[in-house]
Amino acid sequence: MTTIAVVDYGMGNLRSVSKALEHVAPFAGITVTSDPDVVMGADRVVFPGVGAMPDCIRELESRGLKQAVAEAVASKPFLGICLGMQALFGHSEEGDVAGLGILPGTVRRFPAEAMVDDKGERLKVPQIGWNQVHQAMSHPLWNGIADGARFYFVHSYYVEAGSPELVAAFTHYPFAYASAVARGNLFAVQFHPEKSQAAGLSLLGNFVAWDGSC
Amino acid sequence: MALAKRIIPCLDVTAGRVVKGVNFVGLRDAGDPVEIARRYDEQGADELTFLDITASSDERDLILHIIEDVAAQVFIPLTVGGGVRSVDDVRRLLNAGADKVSINTSAVTNPQLINDASARFGSQCIVVAIDAKQVSAEGEPLRWHVFTHGGRKDVGLDAVEWAREMERRGAGEILLTSMDRDGTKIGFNLDLTRAVADAVNIPVIASGGVGNLDHLVDGVTKGHADAVLAASIFHYGEYTVRQAKEHMAKHGIEVRL
Repeated sequence: MTTIAVVDYGMGNLRSVSKALEHVAPFAGITVTSDPDVVMGADRVVFPGVGAMPDCIRELESRGLKQAVAEAVASKPFLGICLGMQALFGHSEEGDVAGLGILPGTVRRFPAEAMVDDKGERLKVPQIGWNQVHQAMSHPLWNGIADGARFYFVHSYYVEAGSPELVAAFTHYPFAYASAVARGNLFAVQFHPEKSQAAGLSLLGNFVAWDGSC
Repeated sequence: MALAKRIIPCLDVTAGRVVKGVNFVGLRDAGDPVEIARRYDEQGADELTFLDITASSDERDLILHIIEDVAAQVFIPLTVGGGVRSVDDVRRLLNAGADKVSINTSAVTNPQLINDASARFGSQCIVVAIDAKQVSAEGEPLRWHVFTHGGRKDVGLDAVEWAREMERRGAGEILLTSMDRDGTKIGFNLDLTRAVADAVNIPVIASGGVGNLDHLVDGVTKGHADAVLAASIFHYGEYTVRQAKEHMAKHGIEVRL
C-alpha cells in the first residue's frame, strides 16, 4: 500500500485535498499530518496550502517541517499545490520574505497596471476561476489530460521561474506565467487539482501512479 | 483564450432540502441537495453555492452533513452561506468541506468579522454577500442600499461604497443580489451589477432575477460580472448548465465547456 502524506502546516483547509486523493486512490494510506517524521516516512508527499506567504514560512519553521519538505523534494514523488508551489521558490514579494529556496525564481503579485485583457477589459485580482493550462513539456502527470485543459485557480501572486526548463505549463492572465513546474521527482501546480473536476482528478491519479521519473 | 466566466447554480437549503421561493417567500421543494449537486457537476457547473436559509438554530448542523456528503463526491469549488456569524462558524464550514464561506448580515452588524476571517483563513475563501435594492426615486441618479433580513431592512449603507469597504477589509469576492429582482425572472439589475463590478478589483458574482439564458449573457457583457449565479432556471429543468454555457459561448463569452 502506497502511503501519501498531505503536509498540514495550518495554512488552509486540507480536507478537499485529502478527499480528492481518497477518491482517486481508495487503497492508498492518506494521512494529513504536521509530523515531520510522518512526512519523511511516506512514499509520496503532497504539499498544499492557501493563504499568505509570510505565515506559510513561519508555520513551516515553527512545526519543524522545512527540513522534512526539503528531504521529500530530494527523494520521492512530491506535488506542490498553490501556496505549496510558491513556497518552493527563492523569494516572495508577498511580505518580502524568503521562500524555501528549493527552486530558482520569484513570486510576484499580479501588477495592477498590467491587468487588462486583449479586448481592453480589466482583469480582477485575485484571479478566481477556470483558466487554460498549456503544457510546455511532456510529463507523466499530464497523461490523459488535454493540452489547454481548464483548471480552477485562486491566486493573487504568480511564480516567475528563474529557469525556463522548470516550466511544465503556462497560463495567460493576461501575460503567460508558469502554472506548473517540474524537476525530477518534483511537480508543482498553481491551480487546484482537487477542485478541477475530471482534469484535476486525472492529474492527482497520475501523481499517485508516478514513480518520480520524467 | 483566457479565464472563463463562471456559471454557479445556487441551492437554497432548509431542513436538509433544496427549496426555491419568490422574494424569499412562498418556498417550494426542489429536491435532495446531494443529488442536485451531482447533477449540476455532471452538467459542467463551475462552482456550487449553498445558502442555508434554515430559520431555527437547532437544524443548522444539517448543512454541515450535506456539505460533507457533497464534498466527498463533487470536486468543484463549494461556497456555503447563511447564518455565518463568527470566525468559528467559518472554520466549521471549511472543515466540513466548503471552499468558501459567504457572509451577509454579519458583515453589516460586525464588519470586523471580514478582517478577522480573511486574516485567519485567507481572502480567497471569504465571500461577502450584498443584498441591494434601488432607493433612488424616478429621475434621480441611481442609488442602491444594502438590505438585510431577506430584503426587509434598509441598513442605510450605499451598496457600491459597501462593496469597496468589504474589499478593503479582506473579502475575496462579492456575491451581489438585486433584491428587487430575486425570483422574478426578469433579469439581473444590470445598472447595479455594473456599478459594483466596476468599483472593485475583486470578482463580482451577479445574482437575482435570472429567467432565461440571455439574462446570463447580459450579466457578463452589460453588467461586467465575473460570474453569474442562478437557481430556479436550473432546478426545474428549464435549462441545463451546459445549455447555459453553450448559449454564452455563442455570444462570444469564454466559458469552460
